[in-house]
Amino acid sequence: MSDEANKGLLSPLRRKLLMGMAAVPAITMLPRASFAQAPATSAVNTTGLAVTDTEVTVGILHSATGTMAISETGSIEAEKLAIEQINAAGGVLGRKIKFIQEDGASDWPTFAEKAKKLLVNDKVAAIMGCWTSASRKAVLPVVEQYNGMLYYPTFYEGLEQSKNVIYTGQEATQQILAGLNWIAKEKGAKSFFFIGSDYIWPRTSNKIARKHVENVLKGKVVGEEYYALGSTQFNSVINKIKLTKPDVIFTDVVGGSNVAFYKQLKAAGIDLAKQPLLTISVTEDEIDGIGGENIAGAYACMKYFQSLDNPNNKAFVPAFKKAWGEKTVIGDVTQAAYLGPWLWKLTVEKAGSFDVDKIAAASPGVEFKGAPEGYVRIHENHHLWSKTRVGRAKLDGQFELIYETADLVEPDPFPKGYQ
Amino acid sequence: MIINSRFFNRSELMGFIVLAAVLFVILPLTLDVFRLNLVAKYLTYAFVALGLVLCWGYGGILSLGQGVFFGLGGYCMAMFLKLEASSVENTKIQSTPGIPDFMDWNQITSLPLFWQPFHSLTFTILAIILVPGLFALIIGTAMFKRRVGGTYFAIITQAVAAILTILIVGQQGYTGGINGMTDLRTLKGWDIRPDHAKIILYFVEVVLLFACIGIAQFIRLTKLGRILVAMREQEDRVRFSGYSVANFKIFAFCMAAVFAAIGGAMFALNVGFMSPSFVGIVPSIEMVIYTAVGGRMSIFGAIWGAILVNFAKTSLSESFPQLWLFGLGALFIAVVLAFPNGLSGLWADYVQPRIDRLFASRKSKSGWNDNSVADGAPAE
Repeated sequence: MSDEANKGLLSPLRRKLLMGMAAVPAITMLPRASFAQAPATSAVNTTGLAVTDTEVTVGILHSATGTMAISETGSIEAEKLAIEQINAAGGVLGRKIKFIQEDGASDWPTFAEKAKKLLVNDKVAAIMGCWTSASRKAVLPVVEQYNGMLYYPTFYEGLEQSKNVIYTGQEATQQILAGLNWIAKEKGAKSFFFIGSDYIWPRTSNKIARKHVENVLKGKVVGEEYYALGSTQFNSVINKIKLTKPDVIFTDVVGGSNVAFYKQLKAAGIDLAKQPLLTISVTEDEIDGIGGENIAGAYACMKYFQSLDNPNNKAFVPAFKKAWGEKTVIGDVTQAAYLGPWLWKLTVEKAGSFDVDKIAAASPGVEFKGAPEGYVRIHENHHLWSKTRVGRAKLDGQFELIYETADLVEPDPFPKGYQ
Repeated sequence: MIINSRFFNRSELMGFIVLAAVLFVILPLTLDVFRLNLVAKYLTYAFVALGLVLCWGYGGILSLGQGVFFGLGGYCMAMFLKLEASSVENTKIQSTPGIPDFMDWNQITSLPLFWQPFHSLTFTILAIILVPGLFALIIGTAMFKRRVGGTYFAIITQAVAAILTILIVGQQGYTGGINGMTDLRTLKGWDIRPDHAKIILYFVEVVLLFACIGIAQFIRLTKLGRILVAMREQEDRVRFSGYSVANFKIFAFCMAAVFAAIGGAMFALNVGFMSPSFVGIVPSIEMVIYTAVGGRMSIFGAIWGAILVNFAKTSLSESFPQLWLFGLGALFIAVVLAFPNGLSGLWADYVQPRIDRLFASRKSKSGWNDNSVADGAPAE
């Protein structure tokens, strides 16, 4: 069944191209382990996973259809690219990675059903998947019950930690705090206006942001408004913004609502060059829909921008575009999804086994020097140490890096004093 | 006339035996637990389809809001299970231990009043039946007493489905919002997640389904069932004959709601969570589609429709992750265009006559009185 989906990448031309490019980040990192003699299957797989002498199977579980497909497609592409590159560089413990792709169809119960299918029927060694918090919440009990390993790419609200999940995106404090510190210092911001979509991630993020503004930055939150997912009417909140004149508009509006929000902001005469706006929910993918001219000047707080200037990223961006087309853009989550298969491979090699328990135990401390965002390391709490970066949106839909933290920021999914 | 007093006529009896054999014997013997659990999930929609046969097929009341009742039943069950899963010990990581996790995320510090009674299983079971039943009664009374029917009624039920979804999503501190209620674990201390529990739940569900089939068939055969059909065909004549059309419609609608709610409750138990994605307009319409594909005039047809459509959904999405929705859409269009009476119509037109002929020839050979088997089915 996965062969259907595989064909796109396996065309001879693409394969050749990929083999060549894939070696760039891979070879520098793992010259020894990747070409080592494959150990016996019985030694590396004691729990009946889908591992043979030549192959190991993993699952890819995202929405290929439905409202979330537009966001999750980038993650699917990044994961397939990473798997292809790992295979080109010799695979994992001498075994090629084969993947089975399942469609979560933007429907949380379907995610749970498919996760169970991947674990119980297909016995996959790991799942790269989920995007929204809701889908992760639906899948989490399944991976815990059947002892699977999930690599989850999206920045999210925190308040969660599981032996069976590696969170390759940022949790809320990692994403928010450094950005707020920067804008408070740089723009002398004292008053903030929060606008978010109405669900768990924006609400939790704003809760953390509010505590930070009030307790640490000694500023004031002059407004906090939520809109239903998919909402397209922001005129009333824009009027309130005009009345309260906040130093900074802080937004976590998600998905299609962004398009309406930024267009209406512009139509109302709010010039983002003069009115600082900090968003934690707009990546290059969203700008594709919003249009660069509507959002130019806004600041986004992420850990990765496609425009990052480092050797890893300079190899990654062309490889991604060759595989998936010149026009594709790479957002924060796409990059985080790319980390999943690599981190899993590195962990398997560190543990010397595909067993989930051993991988869970070996994960803390695993570092990936070939990450397009620079360098990441897995924390004891299964989140990643990452840098926080602020970028300014440009007309062409790309971000210009304005600020990055000097050191990696420690992940803290249960932040004390912020709950 | 003796034939009409029989509970099932011959073709129905055959449908009954086939379904019972498949659900009780063949599937449990041939499928692994994972697939059997999927069948259990499909069967929860069979309850809804059964209700739709009564209310749409016989009564002629098209409801595009069955997801509301499915959801109410499911949420009642899920609230009970969630409370049990949120013991102080399981939730000590939270700022307020002992309340469901999503309440804690939404800064709610004590269990809301309307959650309190869901500590009791008896209350929960009553609520699963009564909450959707009463809700249907209110909607039905408001609509049918004013003689709102047909398309207008369908649109209103659809609006109700949209409203309930918005309510659930908006009140996330009390309902879990768009995430729904996840991570349901035990029923009165009995773990619902392991394989043996799934098998038991499957059989409980099948038994319940057959009980509901019995009730539906009973309603069909009584005078009540005849009046429903008469109402569908000529509402005014029934009214002029002195029957209260509104009351019969309310009854059919309430029965459909209760069946859907039982399905929803079984869904929460079998799948282990509940979310607003089963309440809204799209799932409600899907439920109507299952019924249409199976055949809205036939109890067994509708159940097969629910099972087969969902099975197709799973297998198509496994084989063609990118394209399966198109395939499914094409299937619906094909079925509705080519066989307006659904699979059961197909059966009645092509398969049943052959079987009848077979039986008839055998019987005349053995010298039975052929007349007694002549058309005993209710006229439709």
